[in-house]
Amino acid sequence: MDERVFIEPVPTAETQAFWTAAGEGRFLVRRCGACGKAHWYPREHCPFCASGDTEWTEGSGDGTIYSFSIMRRAKPPYVMAYVTLAEGPTMMTNIVECDPETLRIGDPVRVTYVLTSEGKALPMFTPKGKVSP
Amino acid sequence: MATARPASAYIVGAYEHPTRHAPDRSLAQLQADVALGALADAGLSKDDVDGFFCGPDAPGTGPLSIADYLNLDLRHVDTTNTSGSSYLIHVSHAAQAIAAGKCSVALITLAGRPRSEGRGKGGLVRRDDPNQPDFQWEQPFGIQVLNVYGMTAMRHMHLYGTTSEQLAWIKVAASHHAQHNPHAFSRDVVTVEDVVASPMVSDPLRRLDCCVITDGGGALIVARPEIARSLKRPLVKVIGSGERPQHQQGGYFEITRSGAAWSGRAAFEQAGVTPADIKYVSLYDSFTITVLIQLEDLGFCAKGEGGRFVAEGNLISGVGRLPFNTDGGGLCNNHPGNRGGMTKVIEAVRQVRGEAHPAVQVPNCDLALANGIGGQLGVRHASATLILERG
Repeated sequence: MDERVFIEPVPTAETQAFWTAAGEGRFLVRRCGACGKAHWYPREHCPFCASGDTEWTEGSGDGTIYSFSIMRRAKPPYVMAYVTLAEGPTMMTNIVECDPETLRIGDPVRVTYVLTSEGKALPMFTPKGKVSP
Repeated sequence: MATARPASAYIVGAYEHPTRHAPDRSLAQLQADVALGALADAGLSKDDVDGFFCGPDAPGTGPLSIADYLNLDLRHVDTTNTSGSSYLIHVSHAAQAIAAGKCSVALITLAGRPRSEGRGKGGLVRRDDPNQPDFQWEQPFGIQVLNVYGMTAMRHMHLYGTTSEQLAWIKVAASHHAQHNPHAFSRDVVTVEDVVASPMVSDPLRRLDCCVITDGGGALIVARPEIARSLKRPLVKVIGSGERPQHQQGGYFEITRSGAAWSGRAAFEQAGVTPADIKYVSLYDSFTITVLIQLEDLGFCAKGEGGRFVAEGNLISGVGRLPFNTDGGGLCNNHPGNRGGMTKVIEAVRQVRGEAHPAVQVPNCDLALANGIGGQLGVRHASATLILERG
């Protein structure tokens, strides 16, 4: 099977801390200090109340599958997904280390990291335990 | 709505390029072909045009290169880009500009050569800009048009029990219409069994759930009422329009609900009609699921009922209760430049004029709706709705 090649993420001044933490195995979630709500993707100003009082918080790394699609035409195939984080928001990611045929929307998943060719850690998710179809 | 008011403009010219593969024509030539084709259809000349509307498919900086190439004498331009729905928004904005006295005859063009240029088949390389704030959160994960529509269909199935066979009926209906279109990219009539037997490309979407990739284009002319009435063509009035960008809303979103819920409501309120009044619909059909979600969000059926609504040929002209995409749509006929909005408006104009192919013409089609979904359902898109009336 061909090895998968990822488009490299391009961190910015706004997001560098996230990617640095991911490289250390920590999953950060951006939360607003004014309205208290977590959002995705992370940004400086809260997308709900527009406050600039947002901060990085340690995410649980837990979530559930919101939806997914097995990209069969790609070589190698991969599982594109949205995962709803325990903190609230839904993020785009992949489901890895799994049997794609057994995945179901609503399955609990946990964050893991997959390295790009440049060594950046992409936050992806893997099923928690074995979920029967 | 206190602010709602019928737009005082008519679509007086419509032209769809007959080509589906144009290796020997330049993009500028195709732009000229469709512009002059629509003007000829209207009975106008290029010197009557004082407003020009185009998308980024027009090469060069906004409208400037093609305006130069065609030697247009302009006093109004608009290059709104919401991808495939741009051209429906251009009709709406042209009607507004005409009502405001900013132009009298608006030309709207689309042309593209993705088949000749080998684009539109996916792959790793994207032209997205790393400065896009979403780039680093989406591109590394392998986002493709196919898999975000796949996720949308998967979730609709999960929430509402929609089946692959129900989605297949949408392609079946389009194919029944395309058999009568001599220019259609594919004129093969297919069955539900054919669709579900085609290869899975991104679950649950199969190859025949996807639109065609074609070269070509189209153009429209929108004009003031006095000009429209001076011409010899059947009158097609723009009586309602709406537009709605829809996105991820900070991470709290429902991908099975499209912007059509908003753009449709705005258009119906402005027009003063309801879904039950509509005789024909042009619905954006990048994928079968795109059609199903628009039917629900525009109010032709309840949310979650789309699968049952489209089954058993309900979208086939002369058979079902709501004929759609009687040219064969993007699923069979044409999706020029990977942007399907232009052809949606053109077939709606043909239906309202009574000039669709006799085998698919809806009797007494005095009220039609066209809807576009540009960008990607399931990530970021803009829905645009037009309601057209005869007379």
